[in-house]
Order: sequence, then C-alpha cells, then structure tokens
Amino acid sequence: MLIFENGSKGRNATSQIPQNVSEDTNLPSEFLRTSIADLPEVSELQTVRHFTNLSRKNFSIDTQFYPLGSCTMKYNPRGAQQAASLPGFLSRHPFAPESYSQGYLSCVYDLQQTLKEVTGMAGVSLSPMAGAQGEFAGVAMIKAYHDGRKDFERTEIIVPEAAHGTNPATAVMCGYKVKEVPVRADGDVDLEALKAAVGPQTAGIMMTNPSTCGVFERQIEEIAKTVHDAGGLLYYDGANLNAILGKVRPGDMGFDVLHMNLHKTFATPHGGGGPGSGPVAVGERLLPYLPTPMADCKKSESGTVSYHWVDEKELPETIGRLSAFMGNAGIVLRAYIYAVLLGRDGLLRVGENSTLSANYMAKLMSDAGFKLAYEDRRATHEFIVTMSKQAKELDVTAMDFAKRLLDYGYHAPTTYFPLLVPECLLIEPTETESIDEIEGFVKAMIAIQKEAETSPEKLKGAPFTQPVRRLDDVKAARELDVAYQKVME
Amino acid sequence: MSTIPGDLKYLPSHEWVRLEDDGETVTIGITHHAQDLLGDVVFVEMPEIGAEIVAGEEAGVVESVKAASDIFSPIAGTVTEVNEDLEDSPELVNSEPYDDGWFFKMKVSDTEELEGLMSPDAYKELCEAEEH
Amino acid sequence: MPFIPHTDQDVQKMLDVIGVDSIDDLFDEIPEHLRAKPMDGIPEGLNEMAMMRVLSERAQQDDGALCFIGAGAYEHHIPAAVWSTAMRGEFLTAYTPYQAEASQGTLQLIYEYQTMMCQITGLDVSNASLYDGASGLAEAVLMAIRANRKSKSKKVLLAGSVHPLYRKVVNDIVSNQGITLDTLPLNTQDLCIEHEALSQFESQDYAALVIAQPNFFGTLEDVNTLTNWGQNHGMLVIGVVNPMAMAMLAPPGEWGDNGADIAVGEGQPLGLPLASGGPYFGFVCCKQKLVRQMPGRIIGRTVDLEGKEGFTLTLQAREQHIRRSKATSNICTNQGLAVTAATVYLTLLGFNGLLKVAQASHHNTNLLVSKLQGISGVTIRSPKTVFHEFVIELDRNVSEVIELMAEQGVLGGFDLTDYYAELGNCLLVCVTEVKTESDLDLFVDALKRALQEGAVKC
Repeated sequence: MLIFENGSKGRNATSQIPQNVSEDTNLPSEFLRTSIADLPEVSELQTVRHFTNLSRKNFSIDTQFYPLGSCTMKYNPRGAQQAASLPGFLSRHPFAPESYSQGYLSCVYDLQQTLKEVTGMAGVSLSPMAGAQGEFAGVAMIKAYHDGRKDFERTEIIVPEAAHGTNPATAVMCGYKVKEVPVRADGDVDLEALKAAVGPQTAGIMMTNPSTCGVFERQIEEIAKTVHDAGGLLYYDGANLNAILGKVRPGDMGFDVLHMNLHKTFATPHGGGGPGSGPVAVGERLLPYLPTPMADCKKSESGTVSYHWVDEKELPETIGRLSAFMGNAGIVLRAYIYAVLLGRDGLLRVGENSTLSANYMAKLMSDAGFKLAYEDRRATHEFIVTMSKQAKELDVTAMDFAKRLLDYGYHAPTTYFPLLVPECLLIEPTETESIDEIEGFVKAMIAIQKEAETSPEKLKGAPFTQPVRRLDDVKAARELDVAYQKVME
Repeated sequence: MSTIPGDLKYLPSHEWVRLEDDGETVTIGITHHAQDLLGDVVFVEMPEIGAEIVAGEEAGVVESVKAASDIFSPIAGTVTEVNEDLEDSPELVNSEPYDDGWFFKMKVSDTEELEGLMSPDAYKELCEAEEH
Repeated sequence: MPFIPHTDQDVQKMLDVIGVDSIDDLFDEIPEHLRAKPMDGIPEGLNEMAMMRVLSERAQQDDGALCFIGAGAYEHHIPAAVWSTAMRGEFLTAYTPYQAEASQGTLQLIYEYQTMMCQITGLDVSNASLYDGASGLAEAVLMAIRANRKSKSKKVLLAGSVHPLYRKVVNDIVSNQGITLDTLPLNTQDLCIEHEALSQFESQDYAALVIAQPNFFGTLEDVNTLTNWGQNHGMLVIGVVNPMAMAMLAPPGEWGDNGADIAVGEGQPLGLPLASGGPYFGFVCCKQKLVRQMPGRIIGRTVDLEGKEGFTLTLQAREQHIRRSKATSNICTNQGLAVTAATVYLTLLGFNGLLKVAQASHHNTNLLVSKLQGISGVTIRSPKTVFHEFVIELDRNVSEVIELMAEQGVLGGFDLTDYYAELGNCLLVCVTEVKTESDLDLFVDALKRALQEGAVKC
C-alpha cells in the first residue's frame, strides 16, 4: 500500500509540529501558496511502520550476501556510522568559521594524506560527490592542463570498449569526443589498436585496472608510455581499487589522475543508490587544477597545528567547485573513520583478501562446470562467468540465473556487464564475506544449474519468493506513471 | 526469419527507405530485423518538421527498455511529416515496421542518392551474416 | 584484521584449492617492480573504542555554538523517527535497485518521494534526486538547453540573486560544453532582480532563465512577472526553490500564466542535518513534456507478471549505462539515503507540519529583525518582506565581527563581502523554528558586543 492510501484527513504526527504559530504574514499575497500540497496525513506510528515494512522488501548487505560485481558490497562498519553521527559533526554548518571547524577539517586533512599514500599521487581533493563526478573532475583537469599549455588540438578521449558507461558520458560532458579501442580475447587492451588510435588529437585515456573484465591489465606500462609519448594523460577509474589496495598504486603504474569510490573501497554505505563519494588524486602536473574546497594545515611556532580550507583564492587555476559546500562531507568522514579502524596493515589486507576470496570462488565455480570468461587469467577481486552455453543449449539466460538466485536468498551478481562478454555474471565476493557464504553461493549456483537442466521453468519464472514477480518494464516505460495521482471519489 | 520487402532500399544500420509515387518524397523507418534486435519499442524521438537533414547524420532515436538506437538518414532532405501515431503507440514499430510503424517523410533534393543504398538482397545477406 | 572473517585454516584451504602457495602468488600478473612498498605514512589501525575516543575529541571541537548561518543549509528540527527509520540496515546497506524484485522497498519509497516532490513544486515529474542543489541546477541548465529546441544559442540567463556558489558550480560544470552564462543584474537596494534591466536581454536568444524563490538574500522575487517574461521570450524557466518555503510560497508550477518549466533545489531542509555540507540531495522536477531530458534515475509504477503492483527503474534509455556518450548525464547514483530520510520527514510533517515549520521560521526571522532595529552600527538592508533570511549592513569589518561573535558562541551569519562587494559590509542572517526568543537575545547581545569590541572601523 502506498503511504498516500494510508491515513486520514487532518491526522498528523502532532509531536513534530511547532506549536502556537501565527498564520499571519507580511508577505505579499500574490506570492503566497493557495493550493495544498497533497502530502501524507498519518500518525508517527503509521509512518514508522510503513517505512519499516518497506525496508523489509529490500535485499541489503546487512541481510544477504550481495556479490554484485564492480560494486564492492562489503560490510559497512557500524562504528563509522556512529562516530560520524557525533553531535559536533552533525551540527557543524558548512560555513562555520574555522574556529568551529578544526575537528572536521583535521579529519578531511588526514584522509587526504591517507589517500595520497594509498594511490601514490601528489594531491587529493575529496569534494566530488560520486564516482561519476570524480570522473568529471578528473577529465576536466586533463582539459585544464592541455588548455593551460595552449594545446587546444587535443579533442579526443580514448576509452577501452569494456569501459563503464560513465567514462564516455563523462568525456562528452567535458567537451571531448570519444574514441573506443578494442579489448583482446584475453581481457587486455589491444595495444596495436591503441598505438594506431593515439596522436596529437589525444587528450588522454580513461582506464580501469583491474579492468571491468576482472583481470589486471598487464601492459599498463606500455599503455602509459604510448599515451604519454603522444602527449596525452592517463585517467584511472578507481572502481576496482579494492583489488589492489596496498599491492600496487595507480601513481606507480603511470596514471596522472584518478578517482576513488569511497562507497566501495572505503566501505561507506551504499544507501540504496547513494550518497557516494568520489575523491580525485593527481600527480604533480595536475596539482594546480584540483577542485575546491580542500583542507590544509599550518604549524605555528609553538607547534600548534591549525587547519583551514583551500579555496579559489589559494588555488587560482582550480577547475572550481562541484558542490555548493564540501561534497558529501559525511561520507568523507565515514571513509576517514574506516581508514582509522584499518590502519596501514588493515588496508593492505583488503586487497589481499578480496583477491583471495574471488580466486577461491572462481575456482569452485570452474570446478563445478561453470565457464569462466577469462579462465587462463588470475581473477582479481572479481571474476566473470559466462552463461552462453546454458543460453544456447537450455534456453536459460544469465538473467534467469540471477532471478533464481534471489529465491535462494542471494543477491544476484552484476548481469550483462561488461557488454562484450555474452550472457555474463560479474561476481565480487569482497573480503568481508566468510568462506561459508562463498561456498553457500556456489552450492546455490550448482543447484540452479540442475534446475536449468531438469525444470527450467523454475528459472524462467523466478523469482517466486520476493514481494513481486518479474515486472513489466515495457508497460512502465510506455504508460509512464512516476507520481501517484489521488483518485477522486 | 525477418521480412524484407522487395520494393525498398536499405541501410546497413537497419533503416529502410521508400520512394513515394510523387518521385521526390521518401519515407523512412526501421526494418523488421532491427525492431527484433531492439525488443519492445517504448519511444521514438522524431526530427522536427522542416528540419534540414544531412545524409548519414542522426535524425532521431528509437528506444526500447534496455537499448537506444540512433536513426540515421540515408540521404539529404527536408522533413515534411513525422508519424505522430508513434507518440501514443510506439508498439507499431514492432508490429508493423514497414507500414504504420514508419518514422518520418522527407522531401529529397537528389533522388539519385537512393541508388547508393542497399538492395533487398544485399540487406538480406547482411542480416544473415549478423545472425551467425 | 578488521572485518575480515578468514581464519588461518580458511586461508590455507582457499590457497590449496586455488593451487598457489601464498596470497602474494595471486598477484603474479602484476609486474614485480610495480608492487607497492609498505604504506608507512599511514598510522596503525585503532580498534573501535580507541577510534571513538579520537573522533569524539575532534567532534567536540566543532560543537556547541548557536548557529544563525543559512546561505543554503538550514538548521531545522529533525524528528527522531527520521533517522532511526532511514538507518535501518535494509535501507542503509542496499545498492541501486537494479534487481527490482529484491528492491521493492527502496523503489516504492522513491516513487513516494517523487510524488511528494511533485506536490511540493506543483510540477508533473520528479527524478530520484541528484547530488545537491548546486550540481542539480547545473544539470537543470543542461537539460533546458537540450529541451529547448527553438533556441540555438546555448546561452542561459541566471539571476544575480541566485546563490553565488550555485552560479559558480553551474559555471564550472557546464563551461566545457560551450555554454554561455549571462547574469541578470541585482538591484542592490531591493536585493532582488533589477526589472529595469530585463529589456536589454530581450533581443537575444536564451535557452533558459534561472530565478530563485526566495532568493539568496531571503527576499521574494516577482516570479510571476519574471516567468511570463522569460517564456514570452522563448526561454524555459528554471526555478531554484527552498522546499520548506514552498509550504508558504506559491510553487514553481503555479508561477505566472503557465508555471515554471523546471524546479530545482536543495533538499537538505527536509530532515537532513547540517553535517558540514552533506550528504544532502538535489531535487529536480519538471513538466511532463520534458521528462525525456531529465537526468538521473526515475522510478515508475507498473505490474508484475501476475498483475500485482510493483515499482521499477524506468526510462533507462536516457542513462549512461545504455546511451554511453549520448546519455543525458554521466550520473549513476542518486542520494538514496538522504532521500529516504526526507521522505520519512515529509510523511511525519505532512503539509500542515511543513507549513507550521515555515511559518515559525518566518516569524522568528521577523522577530530578530525587529530586535535589531535601532542598534548603532547596524542597518537592516533587506526589504520588509523576507522568508527566513535577511541582510544587515555593519559599520565594521564583517569577518572580524563574525569571529568576535564566534568567541561568544554565536555563529552570526554568512559574510557577503566576498561575493557581493557592491553591497558593502553585509552579513546574511538566518533564523529557523529551532530558535527561541532567548536565543535571539543572545544573538543581539553577541552582535552588540562584537561591534563595541576592538573590531577595526571601516
């Protein structure tokens, strides 16, 4: 039932409504509202019950194994939520004077330092509010760099065909044309094609490493050399940073600029689709262009450290601001707390154990007869299984497996991404899932495979145990209903 | 197997073109094979009437739930009419791609440009090659 | 190790099955010389208890002041039920609802949110939210340029009374796409758009007009006249609004003869803590005919294969994962959790509650204005009618007055001198429903003392 179908005229959560408020106003009547916004009229209990019941219709990390490839659905530590919700942090106004900001600023500063260390870069700005905005900031810095050198001929960004859709969309938002280069059958970029693609028109390349194919790009140094020799810069999409945390740093691989997804690698909650946070890190050449605001500190002669914001005045060549205030400030704080809890050894163990779990899971899947898309390669923190044989021989698709997994109590892996592997499932167990969960998932896949062979209708009709069966997406798009209209009685 | 009418011209990007009886107007749509690849069509974005279209450029977009595909104009011309029925009934593209599911009509300056397009046989070969 | 469940036996078992001797062997595709050295610059990890102590000390440094700063982020009472509900693990730790059958909670909630935002703004369609109000405005500007097929100019007219940082963000986001932003000048006396200046823009081709209600100074704009003017000159009209104010003020959908085309704004007043600036959320609503140019996620109601009502992501063909370089935006998240909180907030308050909060804020503001009348060194610069912010001019350096007030535990407002030098020494002050009359008296005392103390006379 929708909240609008609940309730009764005049009912409200009385305790939440200011008392003794006069309705008089000196505002001119032509600007006043005369219509009534049709919002719910329910009690506090009805509100809490409605949304609590809605929450129970969700899969989540707290309730299910959620091996969604490329999304790093790891445990979100409760301690980080609690510490970030301390009253001093929650009540601080974004424009509070620095005398009432030292606590928050020190956290921002310390996280910038940690991320520099983790990535091997020279500078960090935490202001981008999601991965896609980090990408935008990164490519805008590449553009600012070329423009700063009066090199206006560079009009193209190169993107491997397996790239996430945000990469080409971002390049266009920055005014670039997109050139795609193919990926070889072993999952690495086609280096010859890349060499043919670069030139004086190349502004840069956007890459993920480990790539979206779930393998480490082995020719990364040659790629870096090829692009740099052509005068372009290398952008690192940090979507898969979890795989290499502490093991290899983008700065050492030759990247000039990158973004990280704190909601993946630094375990901030995904919140049903956001808020995320997508800090950018750069090498020396791009330092002047970092987006503002950032935190910096000064040490007085007596040794006291004081923190302050860096804005346009201090960084005149910055690409500017991406948000009115300080990005997703509270998410930045949670990521900082996560880094405090893990420390240097804990961060190193993330890369190691996420890779261990994924390779173990891939081996179990392979031994059970599932076809790995890149079976001759090491898995990274994730791996791809292709269901094209099942699709051909049994007429069940990767999507059918995905939906049936829901009935077994597992969230589905990422389906149909990357686009170049047919009928694929991209599976990422993360380092926080126990061996029992990993084995349980593989057992479920084996059971579903048996069903596919003997009673495929159990897959094609799935899910059967969720609040709804498969939904009519065509009707949703053709007969658009995106806001409830009260039916007049 | 897709139907491929013998009296139309085709593009490798799966549009069809029909020269109308007046000798200067063409009608453009997408093929049976194309609608099959797209799945249930939910929306068609049309060019504006009066728009000058350049050969080989995008003239519109056709969307299904999970895909979107640009519609390329095979030849240059001026848009004279768009199929307004598709606004409420985009499913016509699926059910009658060569009839009521047409997209738009153009007045063309040079009908000889039509000669460069694919014949039904050549298009049939292309579709068969794609299926393998 | 924190949050990693593997025992030594687990690790050995996994290595044996994989067929390698050590975890390091799993990284053998990475060239040896690229392997990272120990991250000595990062401290050792702390357990939760030790971490809480460090963080508590830091949080305390920022705590305890009485806040009269607004400027786009507003302190309102947040009912306890808002976050206790939103923080349920099933909302907190779910991802984007790609598997609709296993995400009906989030999906239905966003559908309800979309409905509420349409009601508040008086428009037909809402998306599932964008990052914040400022970046939302940038997206709305791009949307208007795509949608206004009659305009060929890629030029947009922004009122100078729109939040200066919103204008900066819009500029920094759209400037790489060859878009020109022109500013409608400010009337520095009335603190709203200079209507006499309109005619000089009439002969030019603009795709959109951006106006704010209330504007950055808390002043009301003549949105009816401006909307008609913009639309009569071929522009789509974008209204930047405070959703809380929309309980009292006519919403964008009712401006002028035909209503504004797009409404956008900061959702923070609806149940989100100030929290240093985020996470908040940007809302965007529009007329039905613009829906295909909308950026971001949209949830639709449909039925499942048994005919049962359900909710799903719709119109996805606009988005980056399908259209790639031709998408309406590169955005792929919404501010899900923030929207969850706002939806619970709006449900608890209802229209009546929202109206009462708006009215209480408005009255408290008027009360503080009246208390400041006649104080030496203070001039009220705002016109008589403001919503819940106003401008005062001081006879001293504003940033020093702010510091001196902060020393007394009062955060006095937003310093306008950096952004509107033409106004002189001006301070933007905000009062909401959370302030009591004695809080207002503390403000007056702190300001008086700051003015009397050693601040340099200008």
